[in-house]
Amino acid sequence: MSALAAQVERSSLVIAIGGMPVRVHTEDSSFLEMLQSRYSGFLDSEQEAEYDFDVDIVAPGFGDPEADVRVRQHSGRWLLQRGDFRAEWEPASRTGRIWQSANPYSIDAVLRIVHTLVLAKQGGFLLHAASAIRNGKAFLFAGVSGAGKTTISRLAPPDATLLTDEISYVRKVGDGYVAFGTPFTGELAKLGENASAAVEALYLLAQGPENRVEPLTAGEAGRELLANVLFFAEDQEFVHTAFQSACDFVHRVPVRRLTFVPDTRVWEMIG
Amino acid sequence: MNGKLYLSRSPRIAARKLGDEMLVMSGQGSTLFTLNPTATILWQAADGATSLDEIVDRRICSEFEVGREEALRDAEVLAEDLARHGILLVSREPIARQDAPAQEQEQQ
Repeated sequence: MSALAAQVERSSLVIAIGGMPVRVHTEDSSFLEMLQSRYSGFLDSEQEAEYDFDVDIVAPGFGDPEADVRVRQHSGRWLLQRGDFRAEWEPASRTGRIWQSANPYSIDAVLRIVHTLVLAKQGGFLLHAASAIRNGKAFLFAGVSGAGKTTISRLAPPDATLLTDEISYVRKVGDGYVAFGTPFTGELAKLGENASAAVEALYLLAQGPENRVEPLTAGEAGRELLANVLFFAEDQEFVHTAFQSACDFVHRVPVRRLTFVPDTRVWEMIG
Repeated sequence: MNGKLYLSRSPRIAARKLGDEMLVMSGQGSTLFTLNPTATILWQAADGATSLDEIVDRRICSEFEVGREEALRDAEVLAEDLARHGILLVSREPIARQDAPAQEQEQQ
């Protein structure tokens, strides 16, 4: 390998989440090392990247730290912005650029947004949900903060493979859906396993005095699922697509309410 | 209110009937609404060409036990409310539906 090739090799890595490899280029070797540590288990240098992002490391404080995320599309280019980063991404050329300080949170947010936009085109979505594989089937546990995503993840038995305790990755495959592990962590601060399985059911979490599973009407299921789908973009086409994807999901996957006492017996009802 | 009103579905809205419930989502702000039975009738009948009083006569009075005048008055208020939320377009003239969304699928 030539010296130049070796230099290029060292300055990029491929982060493959949900089977979608994204190459990140940076000239900052310490930032690259941080990414290698942050996304260990989701790195795959063998795969051809579907998208390439250049990261320009800039001094902290270049934006309003309180600013909420904004995601807009303009002339075929997505513009992503939050207090701690700015990014541009052009799906047609499969390239993008991120301006951020040397921290793992900004690029993590950019990756979540890019995956959300790509998944929407394919009938999938990111969901505020823990997920795990048991007996070869994936189960999703959705809920707002405090509903019990971290708790049910912590209670998972040894034979369950935890995909995430915070953000579930759902891709439409054929007539069904597949859940993938993600490095997007919640309170457990533990990366999910880089594994996948067909989605068997979605449980909407509630904590209560006893363990029970209840069916939901299609309308209830749709409303609650939509309340937990990640909608970043202020873009009509994206919102419509994500809305229809969520409704399709409700039509094909059982959605139930899972009320549980926070102990391991709840998992006797799962799988 | 005097004169006929015409309703059309806003092209900015995505809609889907899931079971008995009509869910609609605004393309801007991703705000989700669940329409009540009367609002669902207005949404489904809002083709831009059928006037509100025809909708009330054909769909609302036949479905609910309510007098025509009261039904029309309530329907006008509801239509204006749906328009304020960006769900329906309301006009005193028939509305060309160039960009209106297709009738939503029904799913049980």
